[in-house]
Parts: sequence; C-alpha cells; structure tokens
Amino acid sequence: MEPVVNIQGLHHAFGKGALAKPVLIDINLAIQPGEIVILTGPSGSGKTTLLSLMGGLRSAQQGSLNILGQELLGASKKQLVELRSRIGYIFQAHNLLDCLTAQENVRMALRLQPTLSYGDRTAQATAMLAAVGLGHRVNYRPDNLSGGQKQRVAIARALVTQPKLILADEPTAALDSQSGREVVQLMQRLAREQGCTILLVTHDNRILDIAHRIIHMEDGQLLRTGSPTAAVV
Amino acid sequence: MVFGKLPLPRREKPLAWSQLSHQRVRLLVALSGISFANILIFMQLGFRSAMFSGTTNVPASLDGDVFLIDETSQFLGNETFDKSQLYRAAAVPGVATARPFYYSTASWVNPDNRKTTSITVIAMNPAQPVMAVPAINDQLALVEQSDRMLFDTKSLPSLGGIAPAFIAGQDTPIEVQGRKMWVNGIFALGSNIFKRGHIVISDVNYLRLFGATQANQLHAGVIKLEPGANLQTVMAELERTLPEEISALSHAELIELEQSYWAKEPAGIIFDFGTIMGFVVGVVIVYQVLYSDVNDHLSEYATLKAIGYSDGQLLLVVFQEATILAVLGFMPGILCSLGLYSLLSNLTGVAVLMRLGVGLQVFSMTLVMGVLSAAIAVRKLRSADPADVF
Repeated sequence: MEPVVNIQGLHHAFGKGALAKPVLIDINLAIQPGEIVILTGPSGSGKTTLLSLMGGLRSAQQGSLNILGQELLGASKKQLVELRSRIGYIFQAHNLLDCLTAQENVRMALRLQPTLSYGDRTAQATAMLAAVGLGHRVNYRPDNLSGGQKQRVAIARALVTQPKLILADEPTAALDSQSGREVVQLMQRLAREQGCTILLVTHDNRILDIAHRIIHMEDGQLLRTGSPTAAVV
Repeated sequence: MVFGKLPLPRREKPLAWSQLSHQRVRLLVALSGISFANILIFMQLGFRSAMFSGTTNVPASLDGDVFLIDETSQFLGNETFDKSQLYRAAAVPGVATARPFYYSTASWVNPDNRKTTSITVIAMNPAQPVMAVPAINDQLALVEQSDRMLFDTKSLPSLGGIAPAFIAGQDTPIEVQGRKMWVNGIFALGSNIFKRGHIVISDVNYLRLFGATQANQLHAGVIKLEPGANLQTVMAELERTLPEEISALSHAELIELEQSYWAKEPAGIIFDFGTIMGFVVGVVIVYQVLYSDVNDHLSEYATLKAIGYSDGQLLLVVFQEATILAVLGFMPGILCSLGLYSLLSNLTGVAVLMRLGVGLQVFSMTLVMGVLSAAIAVRKLRSADPADVF
C-alpha cells in the first residue's frame, strides 16, 4: 500500500542567507494508512513546523514531501488549498467560529463540497456531532459549551468530511485529564471506523498508549522510539 | 406545517450575515454610522437639487423655440439688449413671432411689517404671452390696468401674507419700486434659494416702474418658428442678421446656461464638498467596523484557510458584509432624509424633493462606500496566516 505520508530528505530553515536558522534537518518519515503516530519532543524541536508543512500551511523548501499522493515541494497555491480540504485539522485551541452553532461550525467543512445538498450536510453534521457525544448540543454556540465540548466539536469538524489524514496539534493541552482522555479515545474510535491515519503532536504522557508508533523529535531531527510499551490498539 | 416543504432547495446562511448578526451592538453602531453618512449626503444633494431646479423654473417655463439674449449674459436677466433688435429678428424668414420678455428685480415693502425687501419682476405684453403657465396666461387681461399685478403664491413668507389677503378680498396697496400697486390675481410658480418670489406685470406697468430707458431694454426675446421651419437654419440666420452682441439660444441651451451659472456659485461647490465629506465619513465608519471585525476574527479566518477555504472565498465574506451593511444602513438613512426634506420644505418654502435619481445616486454611493472600505479592510485578512494557527 502507498504510504499516506512520505517524507524524504526534508530540510527547512527560518530566515534567509547568513541568518538562516535550520529548524528541520534531514527528516525521513513514512506513515502507512490506518496508523496512529504520536510525535513528541521539547518545545522548539520543530514539531509544529513539521506539522504545518505536512498540512500545506507552509511552502516546503528542500526535499520531498508527499501527502495523500500530492507532492508539496513546488506545489501551487491552488494545489495546497485543495490538499487542505482533504486533511482534517484539530488545533490546540478549538478555533471554532463564535458566531456559529456547533452544527454550523461542523458544516463549514462540508460547505466546501458543492455536491452535497443542504439536507445531506445537516444529516452528516448532526450524525457526526452525535458520534462525538454532542447530539444534545447541536444548536449551542461555543460560548455555551465547556472546553471539552468545544474540542469535541472541533474533532467533529475535522472528521465530518471523512479525511484520509488527520493532523492534531496538542488537542488535549487545554483540557483536564479526564476530558483529554475522552477526546483521544474518541479520535481513536472514529479513526478506526473511518480507516484514517492520525498524526498527533503532544506533550501529554497520559495519551501515549493510543499510538501504534511514537516518534521523538529533538533539535529538528527525528529519533525513532518504536512502539509504545503500553498496549497497542 | 404548511411551509414544511419548500419547492426551492435551502441555501446555506451566508457566513457574512452570521458574523454581523452575532455582534448586535457593533451592527447597530455600523448601521447608524452609515445612516448618518447617508443623511449627510442626502441633505447636501437635496439642497443642491432644490437650488438648481428652482433656478431653472422661469427659463424652463418660457414658451418659445429660440431665445435672444445679450451675448455676455451669464443667466436670464443678467444683461439686456435694445428692443429694436427684436423687430429685426421678427423679419428673419421662418420666424413666426418675436416677443419681448423683461426679467428684473424691484424693491418690495412687506405690507404686514413695513420691511423693505426685493422681488423678481416678470413683465410682458399682455397681448403677447411668453410663458407656458396657464394660470398666468388666463389672467393677463387683469394686469392691463395701471399698477396691477399677479402674485406668486409660492413666494417666501417674508414678502408678507399677500395671497391670503387677496383670497380674503382685501384690496390693500403694496409698495413696489416706490409705486403703490395692487394684486389682481395669483398664480403658483415657486421660488428658490436666490429668489424670494415673483410678480407678473404688463410691459406698460414695467415702464411705469423702471422708466422709458429701461423699458427699451429687453432681458430676452422669445421667438416662435413658423410650422415646418428648421431650428438650426433659423438660428444661423438670426445670428447672421443680428449684431454680434446678441446670441440666439435654443430652449435647452437657455436652461443649460442657467444651470451652469448657478453650479459655479460658491454655494454649489460647498454642497459638492459636503457630499464628498459625507462619503468620506461613511468610508471611515464602514472601514472601522470591517477592520475590527476582521481583526477580531483573524484566527477564525486562518482556521477556515487551514481547512481548505481559499483566499477568494474569505475575501467574498468581507465584501458580503460590506454590501449587507450598505443595504441595511441605507434604509433608515433614506427614511430619516425624507422626514428632514419635508421639514426643510416647510421651514423654507423651497421645494426639497426626494428625486428617484438622487436616491439611486446615493444608494450607489453607499455601495461604493462599502466596497471601498472592504477593499481597504481585506488587506488585514491577507495577513491571516494559517501557519500561525498551529
């Protein structure tokens, strides 16, 4: 099977010329379909930069970066926008739109698919919210939801389009341990049901056990640590 | 429910409207700001159009095909030419009639409070009507007697309660240019910002008021063509026959001369300036609202970019917001302006009307105002970098 993520010889630096500061050095990484990979490492090790490159949010500078069959080195702006719509994002902050209800926030992702009818979008958004346990909060605005509930809406928004790849940046950072646990288990379950691949950046030791593979990053370089000691899914 | 099944597919609620309606207070501030700018613009344009429509009242109601005026005249009644030239004009082939028209200013004493002011005098030969105003033409026989006049009921109240006194049957004399004169009839023509009111008198009474020298000088010659005569040919022939100091103008040219003169008045320029100021105020207000809206939601816009929305789709949201603000703000703006127009009309006696053209003009200005503000505000949106969201 083709890997969902295939990175070879990736280098990235901030700044220009003599002031250029390397943040990613010779990254090689392949992630297979259905894999759940956790990326850990200290602050400033380059995790977020790697994630944003994979998500098509930054332009790649050197090396090869192939995501869902799209080569990102030298990709056009249009290709990047198209790729982003095929990836599910979960942010550290929930980043929901305050003016929209939970259901409307989720359907913002569905609106990018013109083939879906209004009714289909409602059905899919509502079903997805029910799947994350918020069937009774469909018409609530973010102001009236708890932190864990907001993050669950954000997960519903990321998963409702059934993406083949989910990128999550510290999704549990703003949550207490119980809701953090619930959120990752939810991601794990939905990923299994939809057969998607997850790359999760986290500092949170309590959730490492959900991963098939844990990768450690330091000073812009990947250090492989193999599978977690805890039970694998 | 009866409306349960709509025949049309449901559309997504525009994000622009969700953003705007979520913050009610900001929306209200924005709408009142736009209404305020609209009222400013409407008032300026209202004054302006009242001024111009009023100034062309008399030239527009003259009944003729060609008009002779002194070449240096910048407006009707500005300069005069010798009456004898009118007889030469009458002899030009194609000319059916050539009639005299006097248009001057006389002193006027308000009979109610004895204050001296001025009034505009229209004079003609009662046997040769020159105006297309039935109320005047029907009563011309009434001004043939000495010291008799017709009075414009739409004159400013500062001239005195002339029309009510006439209707009540009072026959008090009024002092015009030092002579006692009596009102024999009334008509409705309308004043403007520069003219308090009008009276119509005969050429003989004009001579009595202003003397023989003045009565020999015409403010315009009103020419009617014979049926089938060519306007251009006759005008060319008139220019050739008459001395250089006399111009022959068509009716449209006469009205245009009047308009272009008053447009150059400082008042006209001030109104234009006021209109631009209103527009600028509107742009600043809409820009402020859109800018703070974009700024407050920058991370939300970045998120939308990250989940696959293109720059173009997000720019559209801001432009939609601008359009919604413009359309919603225009409505209270035009309603308040209508009220203020009628208040002004009552206060001044000058007709300040909401014309369709002016309404459309201000509406399109409001839209341009919104789009312009949005164009400035979206520069901020471009800086919504999805890489910053992570």
